[in-house]
Amino acid sequence: MLQYRVWDLHCHLLGIVGRTPEEKMANLLEIADRHGIERLCLFFSRTWSKTPTPEELKADNDFIMQAMSHWANRTHGFCYVSGEHVDFSLSEMDRCIQNGPMVGIKLWVAKRANERDLDAIIRKASELKAVIFQHTWFKQDGTQYPGESTPLDLVELAKRHPQTHFICGHAGGQWEMGIRAIRAFKNISIELAGSDPTAGFTEMAVRELGHERIIYGSDSAGRSFASQLAKVYGADISEEAKRMIFSENLRRLIEQPLKLKKTR
Amino acid sequence: MTIDTNINLERWPFRRLSLEETSKLVAKLKASGVTQAWAGSFDGLLHRDIAAVNQRLADACRQFADLLRPFGTVNPVLPDWHEDLRRCHEVHKMPGLRLHPNFHGYTLDDPRFAELLSLATDRGLIVQLALAMEDERTQHALHRVPHVDPKPLAGVVAKLPKLRLVLLNAFRSLSLLQCGEVAKAGQVWFDIAMLESVAGVTKLIEKVSPERVLFGSHSPLFYFESAELKLVESGLPEAVLQQIRIGNAMKLLAVSSD
Ligand SMILES: [Zn+2]
Repeated sequence: MLQYRVWDLHCHLLGIVGRTPEEKMANLLEIADRHGIERLCLFFSRTWSKTPTPEELKADNDFIMQAMSHWANRTHGFCYVSGEHVDFSLSEMDRCIQNGPMVGIKLWVAKRANERDLDAIIRKASELKAVIFQHTWFKQDGTQYPGESTPLDLVELAKRHPQTHFICGHAGGQWEMGIRAIRAFKNISIELAGSDPTAGFTEMAVRELGHERIIYGSDSAGRSFASQLAKVYGADISEEAKRMIFSENLRRLIEQPLKLKKTR
Repeated sequence: MTIDTNINLERWPFRRLSLEETSKLVAKLKASGVTQAWAGSFDGLLHRDIAAVNQRLADACRQFADLLRPFGTVNPVLPDWHEDLRRCHEVHKMPGLRLHPNFHGYTLDDPRFAELLSLATDRGLIVQLALAMEDERTQHALHRVPHVDPKPLAGVVAKLPKLRLVLLNAFRSLSLLQCGEVAKAGQVWFDIAMLESVAGVTKLIEKVSPERVLFGSHSPLFYFESAELKLVESGLPEAVLQQIRIGNAMKLLAVSSD
């Protein structure tokens, strides 16, 4: 297989062996190395609480920054924030992004993306040029959490913030629907992570969105890197598209907050 | 060299697949180093004329006899299913069967399932049992098929010591711990197509032993590269990878043709 520079948008240290965050990080990197993955973005890694308290958000962000500390050149952190705790989330973004090493925010399932509570968080992220990641799923089996967004919820948020860029996590799981949902909104990209490697996913995304709006991620450690890398390696798309999806599109987004940190 | 124990021919009902033409799938598998592929038929999921499904499968496998081995469908809910079983074995000379209890509407404690396993064992057929075909969260709204409930499995397997059972796409309904229990109950193998989590293959062999793991891609529904890259990710020694790629499947086939 041809080698590409691969940056992984979506990793958790949950489920990785290790006594400390640093050990877990080292173990995950060792496995990522088997695929030649250059950099890993880290999302919350301590708890699966669907509605984390401020204390849990802070502990998780501390955990990630500790895990990153030895591997600053190979990892990027995403600050865990919640629409249930807006003021606290804003202060976490100051602490972890403005005055810390993190480059983005992760919104999971505490509050649906269409809720107005998120607006202040998005405005702040926008000021910091932080990368905004919103988990989304269209679940067919009735297991959608009360606060879990679909891509359509994210579209409502993105419409209210047309100058801000958003990443639609998991492309909504049912990718044929997720891709359609965000298609008309150029300020939304999709990520490929965290679903089965069903053939045709990446081809449809390239056809309908263009390869500059697609980002590779794995959702490890729950998922394998393998099944998610296959969505790009196995797709019948151009070499250029594979390069962009594997790292270029994400690099462009991450460079912005990093530049801002330098000029500060 | 690889034996892919989990592919399907014909049409997936809910999406067109770029490798659904058998000739294209065969070319892709060969280009990827696959030397033999065990094929079921997507048509077997919903069609009721199973005899015709198995005939087409046998014909296609004969056309690409250097690569494909047919695993015919038997649906024990259909009238006169015994005849489908007989034809798979006696007419088409298939090495095994592929069962889809969830699509066909029976549970693993159904006496017809026990009878089918027992008859297949008497005939020396390998039985592939697909516990799922796709994520339950992404199924068609009007066609939701729950995964096979594997609870009765260890008990069923324990009663048939000569049965050789391959569980396909097992891991959305069986935890690795449960896989270990089922593996202890009898001669049971697991394919890796739906195995997830980082370095999952390494975790699976710890639970079921390296002899019980088979390469399976679930192609063409899944990108073939997924299974291939799982072996890379495992970090396992080459000797173990060879077992998973080819050795275990060869042994399984050799016993059935005795
Ligand atoms: Zn995730």
